[in-house]
Amino acid sequence: MTMAPEETETEVPEGHVKLIVDGEEVIAPKGELLIRTAERLGTVIPRFCDHPLLDPAGACRQCLVEVEMGGRPMPKPQASCTMTVADGMVVKTQRTSPVADKAQQGVMELLLINHPLDCPVCDKGGECPLQNQAMAHGRASSRFVDTKRTFPKPLPISSQVLLDRERCVLCQRCTRFSAQIAGDPFIELLERGVHQQVGTAETAAVFSGTPAPEPSDMASKTSSGAPFQSYFSGNTIQICPVGALTSAAYRFRSRPFDLVSSPSVCEHCSSGCAERTDFRRGKVMRRLAGDDPDVNEEWICDKGRFAFRYAAASDRIRKPLVRDAKTGELVETSWTEALRVAADALSKARDARGAAVLTGGRLTVEDAYAYSKFARIALRTNDIDFRARAHSAEELDFLAGVVGTTPDHVSFAAIERAPTVLCVAIEPEDEAPIVFLRLRKAALKHSTKVVHVGQWTTSSVRKTNGELLACEPGGEAAALDGIAQHAKDLDAGLAEAGAVILLGERAAEVVGLFSAVQRLAERTGAKVAWIPRRAGERGALEAGAAPTLLPGGAAVSDADARAALESAWRLDAGVLPSSPGRDTTGILWAAATGDLDALVVGGIDPDDLPDPALARKALAAAGFVLSMEMRPSAVTEHADVVLPIATVDEKSGRFLNWEGRPRPFTVTLEGTNALPDCRVLDTLAVEMDADLFTQTPQASFADFERAVSAGRSVVRETNGSGTAEHSRPHAGESNGNGKLKLATWRQLIDEGSLQAGEPHLAGTARTAVVRLSAATARDHGIEPGEHATVSTERGELTLPAEIADLPDGVVWVPARSPVSIRTALGVGHGGAVSLSGGTA
Amino acid sequence: MGMFDPLKGFGVTFSTMFKKVVTEQYPEDYYPTAPRYHGRHQLNRHPDGLEKCVGCELCAWACPADAIFVEGGDNTEEARYSPGERYGLDYQINYLRCIGCGLCIEACPTRSLTMVNFYELADDDRQKLIYTKEDLMAPLLPGMEQPPHPMRLGESEQDYYVHGPELARGRGVPSGETVETSVEEAIQ
Repeated sequence: MTMAPEETETEVPEGHVKLIVDGEEVIAPKGELLIRTAERLGTVIPRFCDHPLLDPAGACRQCLVEVEMGGRPMPKPQASCTMTVADGMVVKTQRTSPVADKAQQGVMELLLINHPLDCPVCDKGGECPLQNQAMAHGRASSRFVDTKRTFPKPLPISSQVLLDRERCVLCQRCTRFSAQIAGDPFIELLERGVHQQVGTAETAAVFSGTPAPEPSDMASKTSSGAPFQSYFSGNTIQICPVGALTSAAYRFRSRPFDLVSSPSVCEHCSSGCAERTDFRRGKVMRRLAGDDPDVNEEWICDKGRFAFRYAAASDRIRKPLVRDAKTGELVETSWTEALRVAADALSKARDARGAAVLTGGRLTVEDAYAYSKFARIALRTNDIDFRARAHSAEELDFLAGVVGTTPDHVSFAAIERAPTVLCVAIEPEDEAPIVFLRLRKAALKHSTKVVHVGQWTTSSVRKTNGELLACEPGGEAAALDGIAQHAKDLDAGLAEAGAVILLGERAAEVVGLFSAVQRLAERTGAKVAWIPRRAGERGALEAGAAPTLLPGGAAVSDADARAALESAWRLDAGVLPSSPGRDTTGILWAAATGDLDALVVGGIDPDDLPDPALARKALAAAGFVLSMEMRPSAVTEHADVVLPIATVDEKSGRFLNWEGRPRPFTVTLEGTNALPDCRVLDTLAVEMDADLFTQTPQASFADFERAVSAGRSVVRETNGSGTAEHSRPHAGESNGNGKLKLATWRQLIDEGSLQAGEPHLAGTARTAVVRLSAATARDHGIEPGEHATVSTERGELTLPAEIADLPDGVVWVPARSPVSIRTALGVGHGGAVSLSGGTA
Repeated sequence: MGMFDPLKGFGVTFSTMFKKVVTEQYPEDYYPTAPRYHGRHQLNRHPDGLEKCVGCELCAWACPADAIFVEGGDNTEEARYSPGERYGLDYQINYLRCIGCGLCIEACPTRSLTMVNFYELADDDRQKLIYTKEDLMAPLLPGMEQPPHPMRLGESEQDYYVHGPELARGRGVPSGETVETSVEEAIQ
């Protein structure tokens, strides 16, 4: 016997309300927008301005629905993207309400009145929300018979974003993104009524009839007249629901149906953003932000979006090169020949005075692990370092404690929730843009207090509503030690649960900073996160591509850990080298003075190293240099054998982002025949009679996991005992006769080798200037706007001067301007320099 | 089998000798096809010689055999190939794949792509059957100019599109000649 189901009153949980959508009863959390409630029920209400990560605006009016409150219908259809749910609400969407449907069709007709019929030439055609929704919810014909409003187009609002005002439906997604998320309000709504348009002060002048200024004048200026240098402008292109904002780099390159999309991970910084790589006929056409709420939400920086052309550069090395003994030129040769030459030379060097490995900071975990294992088994040395930048033994000790941390320690979400975040020796917007976006979100939405230990009020400080704890470059450690006495509120803030200290790569240039951070963290209980600038550093650290650490983070001096690793690697006992290796500068010094016979060099630019002159000398002096490169570089100039390797698009693997979160990705471009580093090293090792078992990234990762779990089985000895012996002339830091202190870091967009071949991106780089305080400028007779010359006994650098709130006696210069500051001046952050008024 | 059957058979052959011959002597003789026959494609020009193709790829999108490849390009003031912002930088039709259905023609928003009656699309080299933009572009008629060049006809865009054909007469396009150039006449 069947019974009619009993009508039971659905219970409404705390903080929820009950309403009826399209005749269906639904429980929704308080504060939810109607458009999302309907979406959960499977009804997609058409919309343009609504974006889940932006504040509601109700600008496009496309999402109109019929709403009834307390039995009384609202007089007009309501915008469901701005109205939140309420108890007892009755909502009828276009599915059940002819009124809502008619209202939506009417709005669509209105939006299309001035929208040009240029879909065939529009980049958005084929993936256009307006196109799709006009098909789904629009009328088949328009009643509009007059002439459409036209504007001159396209207008470049920066060198990489083009504006077409005819196509704009004024949804304000771009302006809201710029103002709320990025904090660079470079575009605004201008004019009123029918003339309303998105634009900048410069584009406003370009109204029909007015003579157009030169596009170069318009590009890269904000409405305030300041140069437009947003690092996040590419996101406005992606979220534009019509083709009003298009990308100069992707302009007319392909249609959505030509493209094969592949999820990928950004190779530029240590945030490890999820991306979508679209390619056509074996060539990457564009990259878009992927959706990963835990990491980058739906945003990426312009570097991640636009800097991918280096992989398709015409000078890519596709075949192994060996230096001809007679002519001294690199000659293309076969893999067998090149590997034989390299293996012979490396074996000889290993048996003589030794060979060392410099991996560079851009490797996947798999590749870094292969380098690490190659150094230990094939070269039988611990002389391996991933740090192609300023570094210190103190840093290495600190990093031993970083190994193995996961997002449970500090994550993006933890930053967002933190009551207080202290940024030490890091400029988030330049070094980790997605961390910067989270900091800004935390500050704006959760009132997180963000304090920057730095030199001047940078845009990161301003846009995170931050506080600057100004100190001299090099004085960061003292500043941290002084917090307890001089900044009691900050001290209390850091003691709150969830407080976070972010530490950048520049910390390695400040003596005593790591221990000062650790002291502060121990005293206050704040968690410390190390945020390197490069994508591969965290993974390389984990893979043991460091002179004192084995894969998994055990110290090389730890006999138990070595024994465990030997058994995991199926080696004879006692084979692994036990003495700590040299670090990057130590390796270069040894190579330059003849203590090392050979160098294996991954992707390294000598200009990034603490002492470029020493690096060049070492590369020239080393008996044999093996370079694993994709394009000719300063290293290949000196290399005896160059082995071509795959770019991220051509291989699979995983990065470990700064949180310690694995960011795996698969091959985007199949069939290029390019080999990942791990495969090349595996074959090379076989030639040297050592088995790495890293033939593929998959095999390499499996072997890496075995090695790490073997390391975990033994109790980790306290690290740091073996690093003190690195007594060597500290070549980079010449404390010359300069009176001023230098502050410096790399800006996001500069002359980095992975940004090659992308002029549109380069156009939005921040201009290189010398920043100094008004008093310092006055003392040295420098007027703002004039040029200033910063010099050491090594050389000098002349750039336009700009006044900022730096401490007196401090000058700031970008680390690439475009020459490397290390190459030009021979000093880094905290170095001593002289200043004089210069001529352009 | 009767004894006269072989003769009957020869009789058929013999009588055929006096009937009208239907065999077409191709390739010695060339017979025109029906006027709307779907032959080779052609990329048409505006009356001043600019290309009509805007590189929109709708033909490639419509093609059921995936025979068409298009890549768009950006017109600049210095190098203008078509009126407007965009032109077809690369245009290829693979006649190994093309099934002559004509959907591409229907998709073309500018009437740039049309088909002519030319049907001799056979070769002994697969590579030669991928026709590129140079092979497909309509020939330049008198009064036309090889792009890149600025829009030559009329004062405004409106003028160019609406009155272009009449304005072109003044530039030497002979009367009676269609400015929507077609090689049909040229081939016949």
